[in-house]
Amino acid sequence: MSKHLLEVKNLRIEFPTRKGLLTAIDDVSFHIDEGEVLGVVGESGAGKSLTGAAIIGLLEPPGRVAGGEIVMNGRRIDNLGYEEMRKIRGREIGAIFQDPLTSLNPLYTVGRQLTETIMTHTDMTPTKARERAVELLTEVGIPAPEKRVDQYPHQFSGGMRQRVVIALALCVNPKLVVADEPTTALDVSIQAQIIALLKKLCRDHGTAVMLVTHDMGVIAETADRVAVMYAGRIAEIGPVRQVVKQAKHPYTEGLMGSIPVIGHTDEKLRQIEGSMPRLTNIPTGCAFNPRCPKAFDRCFKERPDPIDVDGTEVACWLYDKEAAHV
Amino acid sequence: MVAFILRRLAQSILVMLVVGLVAFFMFQFLGDPVNQMVGVDTPIAEREALRERLGLNDPLIIRFGKFVVNAAQLEFGLSYQHKSPVTDLLLERLPATIELSMVSAVIAFALALPAGVYTGLYRNRWSSKAMLTLSLVGISVPTFLIGILFIYLFAVVLGWLPSFGRGDVVTLPGGWTTGLLTTSGLKAIILPALTLGLFTLTLIMRLIRAEMLEVLRTDYIKFARARGLTNRAVNFGHALKNTLVPVITVTGLLLGNLIAFAIITESVFQWPGMGRLFLQSIQEVDLPVMSAYLVMISFLFVVLNLVVDILYYVVDPRLRVEGHGGGH
Ligand SMILES: Nc1ncnc2c1ncn2[C@@H]1O[C@H](COP(=O)(O)OP(=O)(O)OP(=O)(O)O)[C@@H](O)[C@H]1O
Ligand code: SF4
Ligand SMILES: [Mg+2]
Repeated sequence: MSKHLLEVKNLRIEFPTRKGLLTAIDDVSFHIDEGEVLGVVGESGAGKSLTGAAIIGLLEPPGRVAGGEIVMNGRRIDNLGYEEMRKIRGREIGAIFQDPLTSLNPLYTVGRQLTETIMTHTDMTPTKARERAVELLTEVGIPAPEKRVDQYPHQFSGGMRQRVVIALALCVNPKLVVADEPTTALDVSIQAQIIALLKKLCRDHGTAVMLVTHDMGVIAETADRVAVMYAGRIAEIGPVRQVVKQAKHPYTEGLMGSIPVIGHTDEKLRQIEGSMPRLTNIPTGCAFNPRCPKAFDRCFKERPDPIDVDGTEVACWLYDKEAAHV
Repeated sequence: MVAFILRRLAQSILVMLVVGLVAFFMFQFLGDPVNQMVGVDTPIAEREALRERLGLNDPLIIRFGKFVVNAAQLEFGLSYQHKSPVTDLLLERLPATIELSMVSAVIAFALALPAGVYTGLYRNRWSSKAMLTLSLVGISVPTFLIGILFIYLFAVVLGWLPSFGRGDVVTLPGGWTTGLLTTSGLKAIILPALTLGLFTLTLIMRLIRAEMLEVLRTDYIKFARARGLTNRAVNFGHALKNTLVPVITVTGLLLGNLIAFAIITESVFQWPGMGRLFLQSIQEVDLPVMSAYLVMISFLFVVLNLVVDILYYVVDPRLRVEGHGGGH
């Protein structure tokens, strides 16, 4: 088996609450290879952001990794101390958050925020770091970077700010970037540009991306593989073509059905009926069973684990060949 | 920047004029100055002559004009009680009050800043909770009570520090008297400064803590952590600086309060400052002293406000640059 860049094994995230332990992420496993883009989709509350936060080691207490492992470059990182993990953040794993308008400190120039990050992770002199900052701004497509480098975030538009955020996340060439809905807060007209930029930069630098998004179009265009999350677990994970074109899990089928088809604009957007269960009352058996059109006996008794079907892993009893014989 | 300062300056002058009006009317309608100046047996004619000479028969607007012009030249007339120029009386006591207020401000801020940051960063530690509980004492117990407790403990029981007065003072060139250069002066200022500063200390500490908690939740702090910046850079470089923007405003106003609240502390510790003079002038209905004190304190408030606004401007770039780009 080849070494993966990132390996998440049986990850489990819990929140102690007054009503007892809440398991928000349950037995999630996946990997990302070097330079690969893994798209992560799923309804709101499925656990996409939590998984990302766990990878960069910034789960907010009281949330905590209660089980499993996260291995980066062959090194286990989920049990590192704050200071050790800090050195990995930014340096090996970059992060981009949803809202560019609030991701930058309003009191410092973008140049200062860039040089600060660069100098935290390298031995560059302030002069060198500044040159690098201007280079980076050029690279992310900011016009007149020499002038812009000394400006404050409020002097940039939303799209420009997200470009700065991307420059910040990539400024010391991390091997992996966790991008949590990097364009959701932006104007629709500039979303595509930002995604294209991110895709290009990561391809040029060989950076792998964990791209969380609600936009299946973006996934189809950008991702190499896709993970579909549902109620804190992975429902299906596989190459983008297979998952998008031949969805196997009934939940994925439903998700794909909810993409508007061009030419059928008058047709109502097909939504999956019902809503995702709360973490406090996930049904026994398959968590999707109340909404699944194909549910059968077994789905209400046992919980399905991911099964390999033609290179795609699917957590659904429909694909359990052995049992099918019984 | 210049336009901004000019605008603020114009506002300040307006505020001072309003205060002047209040002081003026107090002067006019609370008692008759002539009665205060002459004996009971002075004939009516002589009183009238005095009125005329003092300009008390002029129309109100002219008298107010004169009052403003005089006030601008620090001219507030003679004190009824002391029979000497009010300005001299106040200026003589100004150093004592300013020194007391400034020393308590420095003590308050120097302690509030680390305490506020600490309790904000480590809000779940028992030491933070203890500090917060203790700070409630500073907010809820009245100043004079704290002063009396301090006197009882440190002056009466322990005998470490004097319970009243300013100690030995040294006169600097320019006429400023200071107690900060003698041992007895330094000893004497400790208790009153602590008493006066306690309220401010606890208030600023709680404010910094609250702001710190708020800022630590923001996206840019999360993003700063995600970039792998050191804890120090995140907490002090990014979080604290953002915390200071609102703290500056309140601190400026609290400095004004320190000077105004000095009245109580000064009377508890028999501190020879303006506040005590003011209390005495109230007892004696010494109107010139009262109105001059009012004008002077307001002037200090206005100046502090101006300084705060300018500081605000310096710290926050969003105010500095005429907004373009962004559009939000
Ligand atoms: N502090 C917390 N305490 C309890 N539960 C939490 C806490 N934070 C998150 N959760 C739960 O964890 C689950 C996953 O949240 P997460 O933010 O990862 O969802 P998401 O997939 O990113 O959704 P979205 O698309 O809305 O961003 C949610 O159901 C949420 O209720
Ligand atoms: S296991 Fe059953 S309920 Fe779950 S998705 Fe498959 S068919 Fe539907
Ligand atoms: Mg999310």
